[in-house]
Amino acid sequence: MAEVTYLEAIREALFEEMERDANVFCLGEDIGAYGGAFKVTEGLLAKYGEQRVIDTPISETAIVGAAAGAAHMGMRPVVEMQFIDFIANAYDMLTNYVATARYRAFLPCPMVVRGPSGGYVRGGPFHSQNPEAGFVHTPGLKVVYPSTAEDAKGLLKAAIRDEDCVLFFEHKYLYRRIKGTMPAGDHVVPIGKARVAREGSDLSIITYAATVWKALEAAEQLEKEDGLSVEVLDLRTLAPLDDDAIVATVKKTNRVLIVHEDTRTGGIAGEITARINEMAFEWLDAPVLRVTAHDIPLPYAPALEDFVLPQTADVVLAARRLADY
Amino acid sequence: MATRAKGGRAAPARPAGTFDPETPGSAAALLTREQKLELYYWMRLTRTLEERLVALYRQTKVVGGLFRSLGQEADAVGSCYALEQRDVMSPLIRNLGAMLVKGATPVEVLKQYMAKGDSPTRGRELNIHFGDIGEAGETRGFLGQISPLGDMVPVMAGVTLSFRMRGEDRVGLVYVGDGATSTGAFHEGINFAAVQRCPLVVVIENNGYAYSTPTSRQTLAKRFVDKAAGYGIPGEQADGNDVLATYDVTKRAVARARRGGGVSLIELMTYRRKGHAEHDNQSYVPAGEIERWAAENDPLDRYVRRLTTEMAVEATELAAIDARVTQEVDEATDVAEASAFPEALDALTGVYAEPPAASPLWFREGGRGGVTASERATDGWGVYKPDAKTESRVSQEDA
Repeated sequence: MAEVTYLEAIREALFEEMERDANVFCLGEDIGAYGGAFKVTEGLLAKYGEQRVIDTPISETAIVGAAAGAAHMGMRPVVEMQFIDFIANAYDMLTNYVATARYRAFLPCPMVVRGPSGGYVRGGPFHSQNPEAGFVHTPGLKVVYPSTAEDAKGLLKAAIRDEDCVLFFEHKYLYRRIKGTMPAGDHVVPIGKARVAREGSDLSIITYAATVWKALEAAEQLEKEDGLSVEVLDLRTLAPLDDDAIVATVKKTNRVLIVHEDTRTGGIAGEITARINEMAFEWLDAPVLRVTAHDIPLPYAPALEDFVLPQTADVVLAARRLADY
Repeated sequence: MATRAKGGRAAPARPAGTFDPETPGSAAALLTREQKLELYYWMRLTRTLEERLVALYRQTKVVGGLFRSLGQEADAVGSCYALEQRDVMSPLIRNLGAMLVKGATPVEVLKQYMAKGDSPTRGRELNIHFGDIGEAGETRGFLGQISPLGDMVPVMAGVTLSFRMRGEDRVGLVYVGDGATSTGAFHEGINFAAVQRCPLVVVIENNGYAYSTPTSRQTLAKRFVDKAAGYGIPGEQADGNDVLATYDVTKRAVARARRGGGVSLIELMTYRRKGHAEHDNQSYVPAGEIERWAAENDPLDRYVRRLTTEMAVEATELAAIDARVTQEVDEATDVAEASAFPEALDALTGVYAEPPAASPLWFREGGRGGVTASERATDGWGVYKPDAKTESRVSQEDA
């Protein structure tokens, strides 16, 4: 089969799910006639019409709130945030309304909020964010952040079919750089399962999204230059975390480095470290290390952005420290 | 004021008794005597049920706060009476009357307030924060609110968007207070619904206060209904303490929505005679204001006068309704009081469809631990006092 990009894989998932289920519809800013800021939804309007591909006012609260209301009534809305940074404008609706709906009112709220996330693209403070940690902290939401084209498609299809609200983070750096070969047929990847992206025995790098590729590059370099066998665990789903996969890799290598592009304080690496302490402390041969972004709003200039964000060399450095401990 | 009426041109003459969304009074004129007595029943039930809740609150049987709609029964009851069962309504905290009209029962409300295990939310949510929505005909059609104000407007935009998308003959109605009009969610939701031509009626209950803040500090607009022009939708203001007026204005907006006319905004003028909740002493209210509304503009008193003077209803008929209401509330109270509180472990169920329940944390496994009797005592756990020995050691170190 032909290779498709990460972005095309997401688009394939949208087409297939809209074809499969007439209750699936898309709404967001500029997603119809224009096809979305990144053209993810290109072609959807022509095929499915204005009833199912809705260009909305610039109103993230209303978009998410309306999706929730429609979801209660049996629809399957897929919301696009033009940039995931703007999800902050819908924070109240997602955390107070959507996340609590099933618990407080037994209301189903099957919906997806998806959007371009992450940095390394010179997007500046408002087109580069990774706001996943705040939502991982909110009971009632699921959070997915794929690194490969195959997972992007399979996880989005799973998200659209999920009975609860799934936040689907798409890394915009990967949109057109990463390609994959889609398995034939109905390709669905289960939510909540991590993936071993590279087998190894000396130390483990636990990561997700764009930094999976940094970790893989670092692993390659460490094998060549240091003879180290590095395992890379791609979390894929951040809520719920795959505890079994995390514990398995800890028990296998006894040394753990957690890498994420999100800022450090309150980032998911802290949560994973705490879980390892609780579930597998006696299996550790070294303290868990973190490579993350600095606690800084993401700046625009290449020299600044590249300094703030984690890079392959940082991962290599941390892995060597861990191996030497 | 129906802003849709063509300026300067006389409306075509219509025979009396014909309903027309743009003709004020044409909906109320069609109410039967039986329906008018039903309106009285719902208003009386609202007031009597709240009075019962006050008694239970004073007996500390109401677990949280108590929110009254005293003096606002007509706006809630009359407006919701304009809906059909298949329609969906989202209330605010002072819309107990609307909830009852839409099919919520006194026993459900009492159990909610008393945090009972078989209350509609199984003890998860407070007061009238509960609902029943889904397929038309299978549900009563009211959607529980959440506390952040204005949020239900976007949600009801989505509920009614689904009606439009599926070609269902259903309408939505969402209540907001004067305070909620200042929120971003109100603006975004009403604008979204207007652009999408959702079959939605937005009712602003202007009761003069949002907690302690008077409407003069919410907006410089002379009337909230004037905001309709900014959204390109019709707006109409009505006397919220006249139950027939609130029914009439809403019935016409609902009909407009049903005919594909999109969103309408209604402002019902009323007055909040009690505080934000029972604890609120209303110290911020000018002297005499509450008493004046109570004496001159009580919606039940006004309606009783109209029923007896204009509609030939006998006082004995109303007394019979009052007795029926009291009996219903008495029976509901007995049932609610006899209900059990929820089992603690139920707290961990139903956050997600899958998994259906979370596991207790290790320090609570097997039902171990939890709050002790002394922590639950009236002086509680926030008043920890170090014992004398510790205290003297600390003071020695300080010295």
